[in-house]
Amino acid sequence: MAPPLLLQAEHVAKAYAGIPALRDGRLSLRAGSVHALCGGNGAGKSTFLGILMGITQRDAGEISLNGQPVHFNRPSDALAAGIAMITQELEPIPFMTVAENIWLGREPRHVGCIVDYKELNRRTRVLLEELDFDVDAESPMHRLSVAQIQLVEIAKAFSHDCQVMIMDEPTSAIGEREAETLFKAIRRLTARGAGIIYVSHRLSELAQIADEYTIFRDGAFVESGRMSDIDRAHLVRGIVGQELQSIDHKIGRECQEQTCLSVEGLSREGEFQDISLQVRPGEILGIYGLTGSGRSEFLNCIYGLTLPDSGSVMLKGKPLPTGVPSSTIAAGMSLVTEDRKESGLVLNGSVMANIALSAYKSLSSWSLINARKENELAQRMVKRLHIKTASLNLPVESMSGGNQQKVVLAKCLSTQPICLLCDEPTRGIDEGAKQEIYHLLDEFVRAGGAAIVVSSEAPELLHLSDRIAVFKGGRLVTISTDTALSQEALLSLAS
Amino acid sequence: MNTKTLSAPFTSSAPRHRLRLTLDRFGLPLVFILLCIVMAFASEYFMTWRNWMDILRQTSINGILAVGMTYVILTKGIDLSVGSILAFAGLCSALVATQGYGLLAAVSAGMFAGAMLGVVNGFMVANLSIPPFVATLGMLSIARGMTFILNDGSPVTDLPDAYLALGIGKFGPIGIPIVIFAVVALIFWMVLRYTTYGRYVYAVGGNEKSARTSGIGVRKVMFSVYVVSGLLAGLAGVVLSARTTSALPQAGMSYELDAIAAVVIGGTSLSGGTGSIVGTLFGALLIGVINNGLNLLGVSSYYQQVAKGLIIVLAVLIDVWRKRKR
Repeated sequence: MAPPLLLQAEHVAKAYAGIPALRDGRLSLRAGSVHALCGGNGAGKSTFLGILMGITQRDAGEISLNGQPVHFNRPSDALAAGIAMITQELEPIPFMTVAENIWLGREPRHVGCIVDYKELNRRTRVLLEELDFDVDAESPMHRLSVAQIQLVEIAKAFSHDCQVMIMDEPTSAIGEREAETLFKAIRRLTARGAGIIYVSHRLSELAQIADEYTIFRDGAFVESGRMSDIDRAHLVRGIVGQELQSIDHKIGRECQEQTCLSVEGLSREGEFQDISLQVRPGEILGIYGLTGSGRSEFLNCIYGLTLPDSGSVMLKGKPLPTGVPSSTIAAGMSLVTEDRKESGLVLNGSVMANIALSAYKSLSSWSLINARKENELAQRMVKRLHIKTASLNLPVESMSGGNQQKVVLAKCLSTQPICLLCDEPTRGIDEGAKQEIYHLLDEFVRAGGAAIVVSSEAPELLHLSDRIAVFKGGRLVTISTDTALSQEALLSLAS
Repeated sequence: MNTKTLSAPFTSSAPRHRLRLTLDRFGLPLVFILLCIVMAFASEYFMTWRNWMDILRQTSINGILAVGMTYVILTKGIDLSVGSILAFAGLCSALVATQGYGLLAAVSAGMFAGAMLGVVNGFMVANLSIPPFVATLGMLSIARGMTFILNDGSPVTDLPDAYLALGIGKFGPIGIPIVIFAVVALIFWMVLRYTTYGRYVYAVGGNEKSARTSGIGVRKVMFSVYVVSGLLAGLAGVVLSARTTSALPQAGMSYELDAIAAVVIGGTSLSGGTGSIVGTLFGALLIGVINNGLNLLGVSSYYQQVAKGLIIVLAVLIDVWRKRKR
């Protein structure tokens, strides 16, 4: 007999102001299993999860937990029933310690009101040790890295004695090593009989951890089944709704002889040491490394967001000014930052204002903006990058992640760079948008540009880059020209 | 043609969105017009030319301050020192005027003094990274003290006629303070709307980090808005001293609060990045009409303060609701 159903949802629907966000959400979660919930941006996953957690109220449909129909009005109801969730958005309280954050509102107390810090810290240490997370229980949150904050968030969910855990992109901010630790913790949880709903755009990860899968598309259930019965292509087909032509972008790409970007012995205390590399026009250089390997810091430093301690950067044979992004942009370089919401976009700004943000120098005379030029640029970019928006004047915060990321790229391309730096250009966006961005980067280098792409996803880099530089602990380990390298080989080089 | 095909899946949401945009844009003017209609029925004097000139003249000082304040608040900052800067600049310019240096020198001196104090504010905020609230709170006290020191705490009187004309003179049928206010509003509206600098002000307030990665000199922009605010506070000081026929060292106390109120009622977000001069204009006018209306109705000034406070809170509450609906 099959193991009993832990959670079952059928025909769940939700509309916002008459526009359906979810038409037919279905999911059957078995105890002791990891269930992958897949779908592109706008497939209705977030709405569905929000309803399960009691954050959003459903319009129709049935949800039952252990065979009993349930209805949660608020997240605390769901928590009380044993459903916990790890969200994409990290919301730590910066000046409180790890332990205080994890047990917020549930602190062990003396006499009902005085916090028992000894017990609080002990519990936290036990929890973190059990999960094998390398985080100090008493360190304040603002001293932690993004990856560590994500681990704390995960630990917090584990601290609720839950039978269902929802994980929405739990690995988006952490590296491979932390992901491994997380997977171990997940397996311990399922061994205890808990069920896990796992959402991730990283398909290779799903194959590794999930037992079953359910696919949503355009707000409705498409199919579900056992992960072992299908392959990656089947999953992609289900998510996108059509066969994705996965082109090998590298074929016929020719890079030129002279160098475009040349970095000599660049160092910055505590971030990276003595890095030298060259990128030629017409090539994509991938940078692979675990979190903390200094890869993002390296890009930020080239771009001028931070000052190097030593070393030099040359662009087209001319030394690049350090510490002044506007000069770097003028010299022909652009940076697609790691986090589009934090440092890529002005979220309440319009699509047009965001696209034009870096390019106003060329769109104005005597600092008066030429509205026609600005509009033309935005139109051109929207067309070139297939950005979906009803109007150029809509704020970018109303767009999906994939479209937002395209706006960031549009902003970076609108200054007509010859060298493009991309830090995690496809984080948290769906498969279709990813392919478009790959295509765009390929187009860019074929037109004679040079690009550096930093990514945590080994398959992405192997697919995209002509050479791959591997970073480890702030040092350049090797630059591999062998793109037939396996993921495992890449990971072992980096760790 | 291409945009048409792109927008196709969104057509169902477009009219709603347009309605919201319309409300966003015309909500405050609507409230303003409604209030005027109510007042017109309540008092027959309200809709007279003279009364409107009164309202506008009284609004002009707060309006000039509020225009500068809009720039500061757009960058997520605040300037609490405009009332004190106004007094200091007014005294400076009055002193120069009574020394017989002529109108141009006097006005320049006032505006220069205001701008200089703005430079200090900007330096504290942009270069020393002192939170704007604290930096300008300090300046509020410093500038006020300096004003009293400057002339031993006594007012400057016996201003020349040419100078007084700035406050009580007329340009055709319209008072000169109103003309100055209108010109200031027009110039700074255009700068915000049509220049790269204007876009940078919005970008810095909307997301400082993104502005920096996009190659915008974030510090320069932050610095500049305090200079703008100081400069306009200086100008307001000159006009006020001319209107009251003497420069008082205690002039402009708590004016910063009315200026902030006008900006906030006008829909500029205290968290930066959204808002406009036009909104501020209506915010300032609304405050002017309320003050005037309550006066006409014979409501005591104690109640007027309560009413003004309630309206500020209400305006922001409406804004909060509107945002939550999204």
